[in-house]
Amino acid sequence: MDINVTVNSKPTSADVEPRRLLVHWLRDDLRLTATHVGCDTTSCGACTVLVDGTPIKSCTLLAVQANGREVTTVEGLATNGQLHPIQAAFKEEHGLQCGFCTPGMMMVTAALLEKNEDPSEEDIRWAISGNICRCTGYQNIVKSVELAAGQIKAERADATTA
Amino acid sequence: MFPSRFDYSAPDSLDEALATLGQRADETKVLAGGQSLIPLLKLRFAAPATLVDINRIPGLDVLEESNGHLRIGTLARHNQLAADSLVGRRYPTIASAAPQIADPLVRNLGTIGGSLAHGDPAGDWGSVMLALNAEVVVRGPTGERRIPIDDFLVDIFTTSLNEDEIVTEVLVPQPEGSFGGAYLKLERKVGDFATVGVAVHLELDGDTIARAGLGLTAVGSRNIKPTNAENALGGNKCSDELFAEAARLAAEAADPVSDVRGPATYKRAVVEAYVKRGLAEARDQARARAGRT
Ligand SMILES: Cc1cc2nc3c(=O)[nH]c(=O)nc-3n(C[C@H](O)[C@H](O)[C@H](O)COP(=O)(O)OP(=O)(O)OC[C@H]3O[C@@H](n4cnc5c(N)ncnc54)[C@H](O)[C@@H]3O)c2cc1C
Ligand code: FES
Ligand code: FES
Repeated sequence: MDINVTVNSKPTSADVEPRRLLVHWLRDDLRLTATHVGCDTTSCGACTVLVDGTPIKSCTLLAVQANGREVTTVEGLATNGQLHPIQAAFKEEHGLQCGFCTPGMMMVTAALLEKNEDPSEEDIRWAISGNICRCTGYQNIVKSVELAAGQIKAERADATTA
Repeated sequence: MFPSRFDYSAPDSLDEALATLGQRADETKVLAGGQSLIPLLKLRFAAPATLVDINRIPGLDVLEESNGHLRIGTLARHNQLAADSLVGRRYPTIASAAPQIADPLVRNLGTIGGSLAHGDPAGDWGSVMLALNAEVVVRGPTGERRIPIDDFLVDIFTTSLNEDEIVTEVLVPQPEGSFGGAYLKLERKVGDFATVGVAVHLELDGDTIARAGLGLTAVGSRNIKPTNAENALGGNKCSDELFAEAARLAAEAADPVSDVRGPATYKRAVVEAYVKRGLAEARDQARARAGRT
């Protein structure tokens, strides 16, 4: 089936089998391998991407379901080789160890900060509660999200006063 | 893991969806949120020849009060119900259950109609809808049927929905008088199904119970409506003794099995404790509402 999907702001057309999962299309066909498959059983959130801005598990959505929609992966965060504030914050606060869960964590963070520029610790823990991390104990992930929130807010304030 | 081959269509009208479904209903599955169906396809527990994706049909996500009911479109996502302000104000049992279902990512896709049609006795919506005496509206080749939820849920993964029918909405009677409700869920971790879940809905006239609704999750081969407990409550004045008696009757109606989530005796004890606690919470909410008006 022919599909047209905007992937990381780029219009992308393909002929996919209906049974093709979104994550396989992204990773194997488009070679966007930042999105990880952790469990393949809808349990871990490593495969999280945004579809029309909403975080979902791409191992549990068919590529054909994304037809006509916008898909954003971690590769879509950085601009002109410049790390996105969320990526910079995860680096700064050591929000990752092995890094396997990190793409999913960053995508739920992006969706959270879009809706709530000043999340409390509880808001953050609630937002990432569908994403499992086996390394960090979550503490530094929460700190990373807090730092990212502050950075993005400051950038927005600069932009409006400038 | 990936599913076996199937044909796929994503019609933009219900009539078209019903027509496709009607062609070979026994080999076709409706795709809603996909959060139960796609995992089953990947495990090859299900291998339908055709999938009819209803996500592009406009209007199936309505959420409004009309003609004495809250109309919940079949495609209303768990997260939509968790965030809705009308639901928050008037349907505390729904508002309390929604954010406890699965995890935030699954809640962004999973739908109320898909949950009910799936017929999982560990599903949370079945109990909520039993407590609220909801009806399920379904469309088939010969028209529309309204099925009381207690008749809709039949057995484990079995409902009274025919293969050629599609759930279109769920109708919840509007609450009367002062009301309160809660959903109490014991789970091992976020994203796990309930060890035990209890849905409670109360409508009070003064301090007399005009209507009591209960539903039990994960303690039987379907969601259970403990009618003996409901009947014991109806028409009586709120008291701790009455709530204790109702809780005992509800625990009697539960029929849990021992499994990784705990032994049957433990689950039955949780039902009793949660019904008591849920009734007290619902009563307090109803009293607070009465005080405000
Ligand atoms: C990790 C995880 C945790 C979960 N935890 C919970 C939990 O704690 N509590 C809980 O209640 N659920 C839980 N679920 C299940 C989740 O709520 C599903 O979203 C829900 O059970 C199915 O809804 P869906 O819209 O995704 O349906 P789908 O997966 O699309 O469909 C499920 C079934 O219903 C049929 N169907 C769907 N819509 C219709 C319709 N309109 N008419 C006719 N048939 C239809 C399909 O053909 C299929 O057989 C969990 C799921 C996952 C993956
Ligand atoms: S790989 Fe999709 S949820 Fe784990
Ligand atoms: S950093 Fe290793 S799983 Fe999260």
